[in-house]
Amino acid sequence: MAELYDRYSPLVYSVALRVLTDTGAAEDVLQEVFMQLWRHPASFDARRGNLGPWLAVIARHRAIDVLRKRRPQTDLEEVVIAIDADLEGKAERARAAEKVRASLHTMPESQRQALEMAFFEGMTHTEIAAQTGEPLGTVKTRIRAALVALRRAVNA
Amino acid sequence: MTVHEQFAEDLALYALGSLDGEAAVSLEQHLEECAACRQELARLQGDMALLALVTSGPAPPQRARQRLLKAIVHEPRSLRTVFLRRRWWTLAPVFASLVLAVFAILLWRENARQRDRIEALRADAASNQATFEEAKHLLALLTDPGAQHITLVAAQSKPQPAGKAIYMPRNGALVFMASNLAPLPPEKTYELWLVPMSGNKPMPAGTFRPDPKGDAMVMMPPMSAGVEAKAFAVTIEPEGGSLTPTMPMVLEGS
Repeated sequence: MAELYDRYSPLVYSVALRVLTDTGAAEDVLQEVFMQLWRHPASFDARRGNLGPWLAVIARHRAIDVLRKRRPQTDLEEVVIAIDADLEGKAERARAAEKVRASLHTMPESQRQALEMAFFEGMTHTEIAAQTGEPLGTVKTRIRAALVALRRAVNA
Repeated sequence: MTVHEQFAEDLALYALGSLDGEAAVSLEQHLEECAACRQELARLQGDMALLALVTSGPAPPQRARQRLLKAIVHEPRSLRTVFLRRRWWTLAPVFASLVLAVFAILLWRENARQRDRIEALRADAASNQATFEEAKHLLALLTDPGAQHITLVAAQSKPQPAGKAIYMPRNGALVFMASNLAPLPPEKTYELWLVPMSGNKPMPAGTFRPDPKGDAMVMMPPMSAGVEAKAFAVTIEPEGGSLTPTMPMVLEGS
């Protein structure tokens, strides 16, 4: 567990901190995510994808739950990740992160904004539409297009 | 497999946890049935993991590591959770296999039952065939013009006209055989009569003419079932037979 922690805790912590912008709360999420992995090691298996990406997504879901002061919405065992890129090594993750940043940089501002509001702030598409003044359908389309753009950028 | 376009955008929102209400319920129902959309959901979660990568910031403080390692000492681990909390559709192949197995057993039993029935029918058919062959041989013997009919009488005595009726009252089946009958002129015929036990008038039981040797046979005339016979008799009647016997009787027996 210590080894897994040393390998993945920076990723889990940075996701939680980005969402919560509070070190104490981010540490709590970090603790919770690894405790979950410790308590229910079988909840993650190879079929769910690579461990690193899986922990990152779990951390994001837990952090959003904390941010929105709600009970955990996502069942760990329901999170299944399919990812083509190899993100196990630190170097591979850094390379992929670079591509993702480039993609965010080149995609339309409104698309990036919608994605970040949904992902980092946990806003529903209805809330995003209300805040940006865009139609609901447009927001939905943008969010999906942005996610798929990241996939294409990393796999390119 | 292709993702269903009408769900494509909702899938992204669902992955982000930003879909709720009716849309979420309807998508979850669809996911239970659609492997392609489940796969796309997994890919969208993968896309989210990619986005998480850009958050790189400071490493967590050392105290967080101490806190975790201290906590896990006191925590039990569970290896059964996955199975117990797994979504029902992940067990669908198991259920399907069970249903198929039960169905196969039922089919096998039905098959065995049908095989037994076929065997029984085959045995019946073989037995019926044997009986039929026997009856056919018997009938051929009785009716073949080439068969020799020999009537045995007391030694040194002159053969007399004689007849034998074999009658089954239950179903009206009748066979009558006669021998040593005198030849008749063409406008006459012999007629067999059944004299009922009830005392009613004699019933016609078929007409016949003997062959040149004086032998004759009446087989299965149309008789009513259920009539008990007191006696049988033979008279000589005009060609075509009569409805009441004309005396005298040529043969009589009871």
